[in-house]
Amino acid sequence: MMNENLAALIPELALLGAAVLGLLVGAWLPRRRQWLVGVLAAAACLTGLVATGLTYLHPAETVFGSYTVDTTTNASRLIVLVAVLLAVGASADTTRAHQRETEYWVLLLLGALGAVLLCGATDLLLLFAAFLLASIPLYALVGWTKTAAGTEAAMKYYLSGAFAGVTMIAGVTLLYAAGGVTAYSALRDSLTVAASAMGGRSTAALAAVGLVAVLAGLAFKAGAVPAHFWVPDVSDGTPAPIAGIITTVPKIGALVAAYRMLSAAIPDHLIDWPLLVAILAAASMTLGNLAAFLQNSAQRLLGYSAISQVGYVLMALAVATRTGLAASALLLYLAAYAVTNLGAFAVAAAVTTSDRSARTLEDYRGLARRRPALAAALVICLLGLVGTPPTGVFLGKLAVFIAAVDGGMAWLTVLAVINTVASLFYYLRWIAPLFADVRDQNATEHPRATRPWASTTALAAAVGSLVIGVGGGLLTSLFSGVL
Amino acid sequence: MLSLIVFLPAAVAVVVAALPARLPARLFVGAWIAAALADLALIVAAWVRLPVAGVGPGGYAFEVRLPWIPSAGISYHLGVDGLALPLLAMTAVLFLACGVFALRETRRVKPYVLLFLALQTVSLGLFAALDLILFFLFFDLSIVFMYFVIAGWGHAERARSAALKFFLYTFLGSLALLLGFILVFLAATPHTFDIVELAAANPLAAGGPYAALTLLAIGVGLAVKTPTVPFHTWLPPAHTEAPATGSAILAGVLLKMGTYGFVRIAMPLLPTSWRQYALVVLIVGVVSVVYGALVAFAQTNLKRMIAYTSINHMGYVLVGIGAAGIVAAGDAQARTLATTGALVQMVSHGLITGALFLLAGVLYDRGHTYELGAYSGLAARTPRFAALFAVAAFASLGLPGFSGFIAEFQIFTGSLPAAPIPVAIAVTGILVTAALFLVALQRLFLGPLRIPDAPGTPHAVSDLRTGELLAIVPLLSLATVIGLAPRFLLDLVEPAAATVNTLVAR
Repeated sequence: MMNENLAALIPELALLGAAVLGLLVGAWLPRRRQWLVGVLAAAACLTGLVATGLTYLHPAETVFGSYTVDTTTNASRLIVLVAVLLAVGASADTTRAHQRETEYWVLLLLGALGAVLLCGATDLLLLFAAFLLASIPLYALVGWTKTAAGTEAAMKYYLSGAFAGVTMIAGVTLLYAAGGVTAYSALRDSLTVAASAMGGRSTAALAAVGLVAVLAGLAFKAGAVPAHFWVPDVSDGTPAPIAGIITTVPKIGALVAAYRMLSAAIPDHLIDWPLLVAILAAASMTLGNLAAFLQNSAQRLLGYSAISQVGYVLMALAVATRTGLAASALLLYLAAYAVTNLGAFAVAAAVTTSDRSARTLEDYRGLARRRPALAAALVICLLGLVGTPPTGVFLGKLAVFIAAVDGGMAWLTVLAVINTVASLFYYLRWIAPLFADVRDQNATEHPRATRPWASTTALAAAVGSLVIGVGGGLLTSLFSGVL
Repeated sequence: MLSLIVFLPAAVAVVVAALPARLPARLFVGAWIAAALADLALIVAAWVRLPVAGVGPGGYAFEVRLPWIPSAGISYHLGVDGLALPLLAMTAVLFLACGVFALRETRRVKPYVLLFLALQTVSLGLFAALDLILFFLFFDLSIVFMYFVIAGWGHAERARSAALKFFLYTFLGSLALLLGFILVFLAATPHTFDIVELAAANPLAAGGPYAALTLLAIGVGLAVKTPTVPFHTWLPPAHTEAPATGSAILAGVLLKMGTYGFVRIAMPLLPTSWRQYALVVLIVGVVSVVYGALVAFAQTNLKRMIAYTSINHMGYVLVGIGAAGIVAAGDAQARTLATTGALVQMVSHGLITGALFLLAGVLYDRGHTYELGAYSGLAARTPRFAALFAVAAFASLGLPGFSGFIAEFQIFTGSLPAAPIPVAIAVTGILVTAALFLVALQRLFLGPLRIPDAPGTPHAVSDLRTGELLAIVPLLSLATVIGLAPRFLLDLVEPAAATVNTLVAR
């Protein structure tokens, strides 16, 4: 009999309930009071966090035959929900009393729900449904401002997403054709059997094509090469909080989903996917870095940096079945990256020039004198993205490097090291102007545009990044399920 | 106690950070000096109490070990022995001297003091760290903080590019180091990053290509920081553009992190490979000695010249520790002598080069240039400056009576049996250094009086002020004390050096 334990799904139901309730309530609220929906979103996240925390140590179970609640899902829930909380904080100033404020929060909640579902899906069909749920609300979120750049970004995001979605469903079909089932563990068994039977070669080929197509869809969600073209435009064309959400929340879902599918459904003796993922990792980190070098727009730079960061995470995926260290390395990296990346985008959301939000690196000149705390938060987040200890991403990188070397991919680690040094260059291009002496009147803050929520979120994220780094011991044991 | 020593400057930094920046500059520098004094007092107390406190089973005193990331074998592990304690003391002395010297700093004093306090914590932490990840953490942070010192308080817009070069280059080195640490970590069973456990387990005793690669990664990482030829190209611009105190800390403390890493990590953890490639290390050392000296001789910029002599002096350290790995030749006593010399050289170079860079800072303050050709006949106007510079120069070139002589004499005597010909070549480095310092002294201080008159330069060149004297004289006095009565230092260093050599020879 199928396990239909709804209690195991409280975090997901909280997100869904808050989205529906928010939409209803928001329709009746005056514009000045729509921030209540934002509070509702935060409350849903907190509910989810508490529920996950209380059931963290429960034994793993699969509900409705296709959704597994285990350590990985629980850890991913925590990461996504904390990321959404930070996103709510970073967005609060931007959305305040906006004519579409309710829509913003509802779309964010639905996108987050999609990301969480991606993390727990253990069936190709649920995977695809979660993919759609994580995509469609976010297309709308990208176009939320209705500015020219925002509309262009939404268009580009939607078109790449539609293409990736079609590719992915084709891949699911091919894998189903090869294995005859869509549930991961059954698929693994049937692929192994089919490949060893008569005509196994063609089954393996079919499965390989299907796998590549499914991975293409997930690569789109994660912003990894070769489906990364939308990332810089979206992160540059939208307000900073939205850009932060798009480069963080779906990424967590996609990468955990890919990890689950690769390690549970596709036998690596049948298809050499570790090599494929390793090549994607190498390409992502290198291309992202090279493109980031000469960017002058802060958000575009973070967009390219997000592409290269996916490359490091994919290293853990490449060795998913070759070392026991991959899962906790993946989760640790994602947790640290989510907090740090959102922190950097929150700074971008908080900083203003005399008449608009800061966009170019030049706009940050002299920030250390104007807003020392915010400048410190930015330095911590950017050096964190480089992987300087004692920030969280350092521990993530360390764990990923160890996993890769242990899994026999030392060459990938060497490449990652070189890329890390290269990435330092462009992060420093942003850091250096912060400390420039400015006597220029243009570089003053917008008098009425102090953005307390975004500033506070940036500080919280910077502190969080350090806390993850220093308190990494607890987090690693949490993520590897041995408490 | 060690945690207190390491984190006292950081704690003071937290307090200072809470103060408003409007307060007088002297208050901030005063806090720095007070922190450095208190730290020095604690370290002296540790030194005195060392025989009483005794050492633990691993050979370390004042050990602290707390779990940090137990699942990855990472712990917060501090401890000192005869290798670490002299360097801790030297670090505290140098930071104190820099604090006194900085009393006259007027540009953005609060962040300046914060950075130096942070640098002091990471420097002390590095020398006390007994865990590879903790070591790496301090190693990396030293780069970050020094980058901000050079970029923020350097001489001009060029300082930014020099700082960038410094950051990128040494960051590459630190990541190579991390790669090496990961290789050691994975070789050990159970996996651990603990230096003491790794030294005892000796996981790569069998040698082979894996161990050689590990040594290569660690060696390159440390060689960039030391720096040795051919990884030295970041050093001259970084020194030229850095403020005087930054240069003093960079040369005096940060370079030692590289050489200390060899003694603390590379030698005990990879003894087989170290023995195998000891000759390579020694030859790299000899090349650094000769090349550093020759290039220094060709400089017309005082600070670049001192920077290149640092490469030369760090070369002697590599000669000493390289010879320690050549077990086949030479007896154990000679090898211990070479290692002891290398350690004394680290302390000695820290004190002397620190003083030299502070003196160079004085010169820049008076004349706004480091070009040797711009000055002449200063001895008549600035007798105290001339006298101290002469003392520092003689100490640096290894004149008997100063600490440099003790160090270099031990290195050469100890390593001569192991590799006579390279060591003989290295001795010529001393000759070149002597020549270049004498030429520099002659150009600066003798002959007709000539002072650069760039716009804004006060024409009357003043001699050393009290604050500057108070900063520089103690450094040179300590170098002299070590030169005349080295027993107090050697008693501490020799047993530790012998332990390292036993670990290498096993």
